[in-house]
Order: sequence, then C-alpha cells, then structure tokens
Amino acid sequence: MKKMINNISLCEPLYKTLPKKLLIKNGTVIDTYSEKESVTDILVSGGKIEKIAKNIKTEKGCEVIDATGLFVSPGFFDMHVHLREPGYEQSENFVSGTNAAMSGGVTSLAAMANTTPCIDNKFVFNDIQSRVKGLLVNVHQIPAVTIKREGKVIVEMTELVEAGALAFTDDGNGIQSSETMKGALEYAKMFGTPILVHPEDHSFVEGVMNESLSSTELGMSYIPAISESINVARDIEIARYVDGTVHFQHVSVKESVELIRKAKKEGLKISCEVTPHHFSLTDDKVRTFSTDYKMNPPLRTQEDVDSIHKALKDGTIDVIATDHAPHPSEKKNVEFDFAPFGVLGLETMFSAGITYLVRKKKLNLMEFLKKITVNPRKVLNLEADLIKKGRIAELTIFDKDKKWKIDRRQLKSLSLNTCFHDETHYGKVLYTINNGKIYKA
Amino acid sequence: MDDTLKGKKLLKTKHLLGIKGMCREDLDLILQTSESFKQILETPNKKVAALKGVTVVNMFFENSTRTKISFEMAEKRLSADVVNFAASSSSLKKGETLIDTAKNIEAMKIDMVVMRHSTPGAHKMLMDNLDSIIINAGDGAHEHPTQAILDLMSIVEKKPNLKGKRVTLVGDIVHSRVAMSNIHALKLYGAKVQVCGPSTLIPKDIEKMGVEVTYDLDEAIRNSDVMNILRIQLERHVGASFPSLREYHNYWGITNEKLARAKNDILILHPGPMNRGVEIDDDVADGDHQVILDQVLNGVASRMAILYLLSANIGGAK
Repeated sequence: MKKMINNISLCEPLYKTLPKKLLIKNGTVIDTYSEKESVTDILVSGGKIEKIAKNIKTEKGCEVIDATGLFVSPGFFDMHVHLREPGYEQSENFVSGTNAAMSGGVTSLAAMANTTPCIDNKFVFNDIQSRVKGLLVNVHQIPAVTIKREGKVIVEMTELVEAGALAFTDDGNGIQSSETMKGALEYAKMFGTPILVHPEDHSFVEGVMNESLSSTELGMSYIPAISESINVARDIEIARYVDGTVHFQHVSVKESVELIRKAKKEGLKISCEVTPHHFSLTDDKVRTFSTDYKMNPPLRTQEDVDSIHKALKDGTIDVIATDHAPHPSEKKNVEFDFAPFGVLGLETMFSAGITYLVRKKKLNLMEFLKKITVNPRKVLNLEADLIKKGRIAELTIFDKDKKWKIDRRQLKSLSLNTCFHDETHYGKVLYTINNGKIYKA
Repeated sequence: MDDTLKGKKLLKTKHLLGIKGMCREDLDLILQTSESFKQILETPNKKVAALKGVTVVNMFFENSTRTKISFEMAEKRLSADVVNFAASSSSLKKGETLIDTAKNIEAMKIDMVVMRHSTPGAHKMLMDNLDSIIINAGDGAHEHPTQAILDLMSIVEKKPNLKGKRVTLVGDIVHSRVAMSNIHALKLYGAKVQVCGPSTLIPKDIEKMGVEVTYDLDEAIRNSDVMNILRIQLERHVGASFPSLREYHNYWGITNEKLARAKNDILILHPGPMNRGVEIDDDVADGDHQVILDQVLNGVASRMAILYLLSANIGGAK
C-alpha cells in the first residue's frame, strides 16, 4: 500500500460502493445535532437515508450491519488537515489522506493551503476541487488568506467564495501585519466567511519546543506561550473593530483560552479548535527526544492541558481538529532541531478523544462528538443536521469501548509520524459511510 | 599504572550522555580513577596501554578547540587509535543524515564515539542506532557531562566535602550546556547551587530544579564558596535581551575589586575560552583564587578515566 513510483503513490482507495440497500440495525444512534440518543435502525437506500425507525423489516437483497452495542454518529469532520497534495506527495496525497480519514471515521475534512503551489487563486482551487470529486470523504479545500501565504496581499476572495471556498487560512504562518489581518477580516465579512487563524507572532526567536522547565533542562530553543496568545489578543481586537469572524486554530495555551472565553462572552464572532495532542500530552514527552513530539504549536504544560479540558467542557473550545501533518520518515528521523513540525492525526482523533476525554470524564460522549461533527460544520457554515430522511448517508459507526494498540505501521497514512505510537486507545471506528460509499475497518 | 587500576570496577552507565540520571557511585568512581590518571600525567612517560587496540572517533559537528584537544590527548595517552571527523551540523543537515554518517563510520569497525553536536539529544539518537560506546562532548545547551566532571574534580581537590557549600554559576545560563551538567553533578554532591546573571540569561523555571536564582552579583560573591564563571558568547547576545558587553562587564564581570567582598577561600572556575575584560578580569583570571589551568589538566585526566571505565563495555553496550 505504501509503494511509490516517482513520488506517485500506488495506494488505492479503501472504500467500496454501498449496496443498493443497507440496513444499519439496532445501533445506538447518537444525533449530535438534536442531542438525542436512541437505539434504532437506519435504512440507507441509494446512498441516502430512507428511513429511521425501530425494527425496520429486512427487505429482500438488503444488506445488514448488525450494530447492536455500537454507536451510529453523524460522520466526523476534521477541519484541520494537511493532505500535502500538490507538492509533497511523498508525505500524503488525496487517496492516502482520505484513506486515513475514513479509517478514523472522518467523512469530511478541510484541507489547508500550504501546498506547492499554494492554493491562493481560483484556478488552483478549481483544479483541486475537480480532483477530489468522487471520493468517500468530502474534501473542502480552504484557500489561503494572502498570496503565497506571505501575509501581504489578500487573495481574490470574492471569486473564490463564488467557486465554493468556505473559509480562508494562511495556516502554518501567522499573519504578522495587523493591517493585513484587518483587511482580510473586513473583506471576508462581505461573505460571512471565517478566517481560520494560525495565531503566532514570528518575531520571537525560532524555537523547537515550549518554553518551560522542560526546555530549560533539555537546553532546547523555545516557543513561549505568549507567541500564540499575543496574536489571539490582537485578532480579537481586530475582530471586534471590524465585526469580523475569526476561528482560532490549534489553541494550545491557557492564556489564549482565557482571552477567547472572554471574547465569546462579549458576543464576538469567535470560535476555536484544539488538537488531540494538545488535550492529551505535555511537553514532558520531549524529554524522549523523539521528533514524534515536535509540532507547532508545541506540546505545552499540564496547566495548559487542564485549562483546555475546562474550556472544552464549558464550550469555550468549539471544535476538535487534528492538524494532521504527515512527514516522511527520512525527514522526521533526524536531530530534533532539524525535523519538521507536525504529527499525524486523522486516524487517532476519535480514539484520543475517547481515551483522554470521555473515559477520563472531561467530556461526555455527546459533548465530545459534537466537537467533531456539528460544531466544525457550523463554523464553516455547512449543513450540520445529518441524520434525517432524504439526506446523503454520512455516518460513522464505532465501538466506544474497543481497545486497540496504535502501531504506526498499521496506519493508512503514507507517513508514520504519530505521537500516539504504542499507546493503547479505546474507541474504534468500524464503518465509515458517505457519498454512496462505505469503508469497513 | 596497572597497579593503580587493578581490580577495575564497572560503571553502572554504559554510555556518557549526560549527568542527569547518573548515580553518585559512578561519579565517585570516575573522580577516583581520574586522580590515578592525573598522577600518571605527572610522570615523564605520561602514557599507558589501557586502550590499545581500541578505536575512538571524535565527531565534532560544532567548533571546539579545548574539548577536542583534551579528548584527543586523553585518547592518545591511553594508546587508543584516534580518528577525527569535523563538519558543521548544518552542512550535514543538507546532505547525509547523522545516522547514516555515523553508521558508515561504525562500519569501519570502531569502538567508541565522542560527539559534539548542536542539537540536544543527538547523542540519544546515536546510541539508539549504533553499537559503539557514546560519549557526549556537548549537545546544544543541554549537557556537557565531561566538563561537569572536570569541574567537580577541580572543586573537590580543594574542597573535598561539598555538602552545604554554595556553588554559583555566573553568566549565560540559558545557552549553557556547562550549567545544566554542573547543576546535576553538584546536586549529587549535596552542594547548594545558585545561578547568577541578567534575568534574560536565566532560563524559565530553573528554580523548580532546586536552584537558587539571583541577579545580584555582589550577593552571589558574598555567599558563595565556589564560582564558576561561564563564557559570554560575544556574537550571540547583543539585541533585545542583552544591552551591551559594557553593561555586562560592569554588573556581572568578576573583578578583583568585587572579589574583595568574597570569602577568603573562594574558588574561581572558568570552563574557557575566557573573554578577558568581559566576564572575567585579568587579575582574577590570573589571580590566587582561580583553578583555571588545573581544570584543563583535570580535563585530560578525567576524560582518560571516562574513556577507560566505559571501555569495559565495548562489544556489549546494548
């Protein structure tokens, strides 16, 4: 599956066509939109939900998934993914990346724009759109805010919105110029389109890990918490001033969380996301010197993790998104200083949530699932009510309690850089259904 | 020599990556063995056959004069076969990986690797990928264990019982591998460790390591039994967090005048190379309290001890 010729992956999509009729029988349907949960059957016909009822009779030729003891959820949405195509296909591509997505129960995702070429105009954008058609996973390409993500000239947003852009992001780079950020937010306001903000002040000396006792003992160059929160504070100010819509990506420190909590109370149009690694792990992990723990923003302290748990619970943090950032092993298997930032996420988002949040009683199952189903769709102004008659069946079926050991070699991604290698997680996705297709684990 | 070192004891550690995690017994054994080698260095012959047939590669991916010469000297005094390899780690970054470079060298049948590298933890990577014994000659601002051992040796020669004695590291703590290794070593010997320097050169949360912090050199001079003066890296600092060398010298440079307020038997160390007139004045660098050249000789003796003791693990490091 991971063979390559001339950097073109030979991997095949792992989905099959849905049978004409599929009965998902006796599962606990957890509808995160209406926040209701009941044991019932769902009949999928021609890729659409035909009927939701108890004890639907099996028709002739209808395939059945016995979902007894399993949960049936709206398909997961990961709104922060690096698919690496075009430009870095040795790390990931549309096929391998969406294979990884469906194995993690993700039926829809938002792809970031830091590709080569950068997705900063309609022509590249349209090309991507045409190439991700027909997959099980809906790939929503998010264009850049500025040309080449340089933070200077804003992209042709009107045209891109007409072409279907849901948001804009320079992810990977913080937008340094307040003038540019003000312009982008003010311009995007015309369409009600959010700017997905990577909050980072690059004027700090470049570091490789969080500034803390760990960086002191390890002698590593560091990234202070304020390099994030300074830009969160600034962009809240700008959002208020221009009445813009901001979504903060991969929030990692308590200072950011507190600023966002306050801004939301004020009623500003602000949302934010956290990654699974930032709610699961601390910068103590860097003491292993493994580059699987090198990411940006870096892993932070226990105090930050605690504040993230609280913010997930009280709704300050709306969304869980992975920042899935594949890198080939030859790039990662080098000295810590020289390795690129980023870790895989798509295949472990769900199990990390179950293991670190639900089982540790930081969130209940409904609260957790909302953050990977309804909430990201709302942030991107997409339909969030999925479990209803007539809608394309976009569903994820999982076993909440199933234990599995994460083995980087078993992942569907082309890359190996997971930060959860060798961990035992709870929660396994068994079926992913979307667009008339089905993935079976 | 053979008499002195008969009944060779073994270190618990198989490699020397850092002082952190080492036990007091290992350090005691290294210090004791170092004194034996120092005696040998004082004899006309200076050389023993202890590492005959052993091949040691010195891989220096960062500039070094003193440490490299010291290791090479130690290796040659032990009759090891010595190969030197120098490159900048940034040029390595562009081409062959560190692991490939090291594996290639190891394929030529070597036994021990001494490495200096700019990245903290690079030695761990080497250890995980090679069969050779690994000795850390400095990894970024993380650790420089042989420096800490030679510093410790130089201190206990003059002050055998360090328990309760206050040792102050002065200057650029945040960028210093010497500081971190010294802190770990001194604490194993029960010393009170203090760091002193401008606030921007003191790393975050260092007091959580059980280290005292002061920005006031006068206070540090008054309460210290030993001061280890770290080098200010001239090229690195002037900017947002370091106003000028002039101000540094005025407030944190060690002068005889400031030293007048110290305890009579204060000991002054400097790991070198010194910036005279910046962190240390001539009359202190050449004065009665300093043991700077003792440190250099002890460096060779203690590196001989380390190489010798670790060589017991050749062929069975894993």
